[in-house]
Amino acid sequence: MIGLSVLLFFISIALLAPEIAPYDPLQTSWSAVRKPPSESHLFGTDEIGRDVLSRVIWGARASLLAGLVSVCIALAFGVPIGLAAGYLGGWVDALISRCTDAMLACPFLILAIALAAFLGPSLTNAMIAIGISATPAFIRLTRAQTLAVKIEDYVEAARAIGNPHLRIALRHILPNVAAPIIVQATLAIAAAIIAEASLSFLGLGQQPPAPSWGSMLNTAKNYIDLAPWMAVWPGLSIFLLVLSFNLLGDGLRDTLDPRHD
Amino acid sequence: MRHSMLNYLVQRLATIVPTLALVSILIFGLQQLLPGDPAIVLAGEEHDPNVVAHLRAKLHLDEPLPARYLYWVGGVLRGDLGESLRIQKPVLELILEKLPVTVQLASMAIVIALVIGVTAGVVSAVAKDTAWDYAANAVALWGLSTPNFWLGIMLILLFSVSLGWLPASGYVSPFEDLRGNLAAMIMPAFVLGNAFAAVLMRHTRSAMLQVLSADYVRTARAKGLEERVVVLKHALRNALIPVITLGALGFGELLGGTVLTETVFTIPGFGKLIVDAVFNRDYLVVQGVVLFTATAYILLNLLADLAYFLVNPRLRG
Amino acid sequence: MKLACRITGWTLALALAAFAAAPSHGQTLRIGLAEDPDLLDPTPARTFVGRIVFSALCDKLFDLDEKLTIVPQLATGYEWSADNKTLLIKLRRGVTFHDGEKFDAAAVKFNIERHKSMPGSSRRGELTPVTSVDVVDDYTVRLNLSAPFAPLLAVLTDRAGMMVSPKAAQAAGEKFAANPVCSGPFRFVERIAQDRIVLERYPNYWNKGEIHFDRIVYLPIVDATVRLANLRSGQLDFIERLATSDVPGLKGDSRFKISRIVEIGYQGITINIGKSDLAQKNPLGRDARVREAFELALDRDAIVQVAMDGEAQVGNQWVAPNNRYYAKNVPVPKHDLAKAKALLREAGVPNPTFTLMTPTTSDAQRLAQVVQAMAKEAGFDMKIQSTEFATSLNMAEKGDYEAYLLLWSGRADPDGNLHIHLGCGAPLNYAGYCKPDVEELITRSRTTLDPTQRLKFYEQIAANVAKDRPIVYLFHRYWLWAYTAKLSGMRAVPDGLVRVQGLRMN
Repeated sequence: MIGLSVLLFFISIALLAPEIAPYDPLQTSWSAVRKPPSESHLFGTDEIGRDVLSRVIWGARASLLAGLVSVCIALAFGVPIGLAAGYLGGWVDALISRCTDAMLACPFLILAIALAAFLGPSLTNAMIAIGISATPAFIRLTRAQTLAVKIEDYVEAARAIGNPHLRIALRHILPNVAAPIIVQATLAIAAAIIAEASLSFLGLGQQPPAPSWGSMLNTAKNYIDLAPWMAVWPGLSIFLLVLSFNLLGDGLRDTLDPRHD
Repeated sequence: MRHSMLNYLVQRLATIVPTLALVSILIFGLQQLLPGDPAIVLAGEEHDPNVVAHLRAKLHLDEPLPARYLYWVGGVLRGDLGESLRIQKPVLELILEKLPVTVQLASMAIVIALVIGVTAGVVSAVAKDTAWDYAANAVALWGLSTPNFWLGIMLILLFSVSLGWLPASGYVSPFEDLRGNLAAMIMPAFVLGNAFAAVLMRHTRSAMLQVLSADYVRTARAKGLEERVVVLKHALRNALIPVITLGALGFGELLGGTVLTETVFTIPGFGKLIVDAVFNRDYLVVQGVVLFTATAYILLNLLADLAYFLVNPRLRG
Repeated sequence: MKLACRITGWTLALALAAFAAAPSHGQTLRIGLAEDPDLLDPTPARTFVGRIVFSALCDKLFDLDEKLTIVPQLATGYEWSADNKTLLIKLRRGVTFHDGEKFDAAAVKFNIERHKSMPGSSRRGELTPVTSVDVVDDYTVRLNLSAPFAPLLAVLTDRAGMMVSPKAAQAAGEKFAANPVCSGPFRFVERIAQDRIVLERYPNYWNKGEIHFDRIVYLPIVDATVRLANLRSGQLDFIERLATSDVPGLKGDSRFKISRIVEIGYQGITINIGKSDLAQKNPLGRDARVREAFELALDRDAIVQVAMDGEAQVGNQWVAPNNRYYAKNVPVPKHDLAKAKALLREAGVPNPTFTLMTPTTSDAQRLAQVVQAMAKEAGFDMKIQSTEFATSLNMAEKGDYEAYLLLWSGRADPDGNLHIHLGCGAPLNYAGYCKPDVEELITRSRTTLDPTQRLKFYEQIAANVAKDRPIVYLFHRYWLWAYTAKLSGMRAVPDGLVRVQGLRMN
């Protein structure tokens, strides 16, 4: 519950950014470089005079997008492929499983860096890269759940009456594997937000001057002595947002999947 | 019973070869299809055209993609992983140089993760819904929610610059200076371990809760055994099953995925080697190292599954 | 009994001998580098940071001092022939390589030929005019040139002038870089990629009086924050390329000293004015007035202050204003927003759009954002395209860009900063700049040896370049070195290298 409310708080600031941000996040000011928090700049200013509070508010969009879009990509590819593998079995399953294993064996960051180099550094491409990297885990999970559900009575019954495979998959199997997938998805969003921050550390991800918490952290580490406020606020925001997703995931797991506890 | 395990083993081993083949194609493709001419990057500031031509010849860049793949795989099967064009060292030598470092870092991280994670998980399960439970959960969530490069820099600023207790970076071989080695490795191992500790904690907790309410535990309690014995002997042993699996997988992942921590703490392991090689388009290094870590990961995966099989009496036969 | 006495006697003698021979101080100097060097062989070597290691490992024919004057090192003197097509070099006696081999004219001949002909050598372009090398006698060598070449001496102060042991090079062949044998004050011990490079004192160095350390360990630490943290915590004695934002914090700390000097390189924005079709499609590449407006919109002093914390010198040419070859007739233009806007109106494009290809380093990103904000005031809509280094090089090669934020590490001779970027068809001429009269001037500036005459040529070239603006030069950074206050003898040389002669720990 706490998780949900914190999350809604962040979503609303992201949506309302244009209204509530006190300054233009891109507005530079040579005279106000690295000023500590004050009345006019509640969170202080950054290395080229931009208001940190406004950048944190606008940055919420980038971070939320990074988390949500990449996991949507992972779900969009992972769940159907996992379903196919688990339900159809045979050589389809073998092929998919081997490919998934191969992808899981490659270190995530290498995949992400290579993809970002391919596509060019940008927030969109970072999201695609993170999404693709997260797909194998969902394929695996969906497949395992499908295998478990496939042998249940109601599926046997549906097949006996002669339902087409697609119908069985969508109507009978999918709803019953949804619960752990949803839980995993919320946790994956949390990981994706951190992954975007990590990619920003390497210079990929959201490009300047647009704000994102990850790239703000990356820049702030050079000024940690001179202007610690540049790091505190984005760091805290990442922490709280990720925390809220984790709490949400926990809560969902408790309600949807009582077997777990 | 023996037969089914042997069957299982053979089955699994048979899948390793196609998986590795796919890994090799994947990493080869990801590297060689990267935009741009690697020879220009490797040729340094002046891009002397002679040097560029020389490097292109070395990488067989003027030949078609499938031919290059075969050159590389052929070499691998003969034990020759090629050499780093940037510093002219054989890839195999680089791997052997960095392997002990990465293995040590990964092992220390796993140990820290196990110690923190399993303890927290046990405490949380046994003292469910009390302050201890919430505290343990908080620790776990904190571990999951902080970007590890960030945590690393904060730790350096605290323990190295302000307090001066630990070195900020650098690696020295444990055979040369054990104390120095441990001092340098403890912070990066902690940074890597604490995220994993959170995952372990949750799984330990849920597995223990599951087991603590199971029939045979109730029987043990009914027999009048001491609560502690009940917990430790029966519940823990069974709750460790997913932990073992995760631990092995986690170790495998850590072998390949410690890039950021190594960069921040300047530990000369695989992560840094790979990232720099990707940016420098030093193809053979990336291909060789990833193939190596992928093989290790797959083998560990297999070991974990076997262990699962062995430890869980109900799965046998 | 007698045997025991003898053994004891020998043992005591050996022990005494060991004590007597033990070094009086086991001083190690630990230097933090900003990158991991590439090959430790001067012939194929391709990185700036590798040169820092070379300055302790490999001596060269000539060296530079703080004022960029050519001073002797392995050579003791030189003489140009009357037609300037032959250079006679006198060599120092009593110099040996780390393997004990003698350094003489035959070794110099071997090395120059190696630089010119080894496959993978990066020195070929630098030594193009050298056609042959003659051994006059054991300590005199003659370089024959196809045409006069003013930068030659400066070239011989860099890797092209470094001398490796011919015997070791021939024996090791391609593997020489794994175990380089040179003639510098320190010899190679070991190298662990991305971890450390260890050198130890070479006892027979010709200038050993100036060497006060027994070992040097170079530790590459890429992140500037971490590098400084290592200096602060005492694990390093010396770091190069201190981040500009860390200077104020370190200044107040009496345990450390900072040295600085203007670099010989520059930071600028290269504009595609003729490398590809894109040049004509974009107003910046097409119209010189738009480029002028762009330059006038930039306030260089503010850029240096905000983006570099004041740790740079503004500039508008390929050499810094305090360089003897700076063309004083083309001073740094003043920031003039009104004129910029007027020019854009005149050119018919009040709001031009273009993309600046920017490296992903934090310095470059910061600079690009400052430039973007300034250009916006004049009406420019500049987009920042962060591009990974390797990709950006390729795009620049193909001319697949509009503007490129590029820094050049610099060469001692001004020709090294000019010809390679603005000479017709030169390898790094990303702008695609090629004007016959300017090309003629550049050629003459390279083949005239008289500095006054060369300066006249540079004045004319600068006037042209300032008008055409293939490159908008912004500033010249300060090299920033930070080290423990106990270290003395640091010489700040504009090439950014760390010279170990004279360094001592108190």
